[in-house]
Amino acid sequence: MAREIGINAELISLAKDLVKHLEEGDTEAATGLIDELARVRETELFQQIGKLTRELHNAITEFDYDQRLSDFAHHEMPDAKERLNYVISMTNQAANRTLTAIEAAMPICETLYAESSGLNMQWQRFTKREMSVGEFREVSKTLRKYLQDSEAQLGQLKSHMNDILMAQEFQDLTGQIINKVIKMVEDVENHLVNLIRVAGIGVTTQKQENNEELAGPQVPNLSSASAVRGQDEVDELLSSLGF
Amino acid sequence: MPANPNMKILIVDDFSTMRRIIKNLLRDLGYNNTAEADDGNTALPMLQKGGYDFLVTDWNMPGMTGIDLLRAVRGDPQLASLPVLMVTAEAKREQIVEAAEAGVNGYIIKPFTAATLKEKLDKIFERIDAQK
Repeated sequence: MAREIGINAELISLAKDLVKHLEEGDTEAATGLIDELARVRETELFQQIGKLTRELHNAITEFDYDQRLSDFAHHEMPDAKERLNYVISMTNQAANRTLTAIEAAMPICETLYAESSGLNMQWQRFTKREMSVGEFREVSKTLRKYLQDSEAQLGQLKSHMNDILMAQEFQDLTGQIINKVIKMVEDVENHLVNLIRVAGIGVTTQKQENNEELAGPQVPNLSSASAVRGQDEVDELLSSLGF
Repeated sequence: MPANPNMKILIVDDFSTMRRIIKNLLRDLGYNNTAEADDGNTALPMLQKGGYDFLVTDWNMPGMTGIDLLRAVRGDPQLASLPVLMVTAEAKREQIVEAAEAGVNGYIIKPFTAATLKEKLDKIFERIDAQK
């Protein structure tokens, strides 16, 4: 800063002298001053280039010694892959465990539903006195069996529910693992941004959409502009196409 | 009530959990006769063997994708009129139009609900009945 002010002051004073000489018609002195001005300008340019070169050199040597980049490449990236694979396997396990419990619970629900609605109908007939004594004896046997069986079946249902509950424990662990990976990606990003800054490469902020690959699930805040926002918009679009 | 509770439905998705979910939802709607395949390459020969009345397929799968399976189905005289419902995470307008142009009968984006599946199935059968 101080040097810049010094250079500026020198330039101003030279320029003032130049105007004075030109007004006085002293071309020889004026030409000398123009040369002097160019010399000051060149000195400044060389100083700037020197400064940049030194910065670049420092940065490159710094990166050489920067253990972080090498850590990223050799350890953290493979670790992150391993971690994310573990997330996939945990969520897969949880989904399967949940589905297994539901598939086991569903037939129990269906049996209970069928038996209770049958009994309900018969009970209504009984209260309306539409039932013979013989029939009532049969119904009361069915009822007794239903009460005994349903106790055991509801116990099974409860245990399946518990299993579904426990299958959700993955959320805590996968959340922690994914947070670690996000942190690592942020670190890599910061290092790369620094590298780009030092190298002086212009960064285009415009993101290019890759049309070759399928877009996959839309993520809130990252949605593609051309993506629909829900089933309603799909239906609207299809109906506009004559569906 | 299902349109035809005995109709045979092929469910194609590369994730077994998603196949299980769709299978359970279909069973709940009264369709018990289902089979599964994990991509178009497995699904197509199954369909070509015959006996299927309905196809539910994902889009993004390794091997043969759902859109290619749809095109193969429409291009096969034996299968051309098979109703196809796409259930996919692909949500871009171009893709929905592409599927419509390829001859899809319904398009559901994931995540979806049981009610959406029922609504789309009913709508497809309604249309098929109207064409008869």
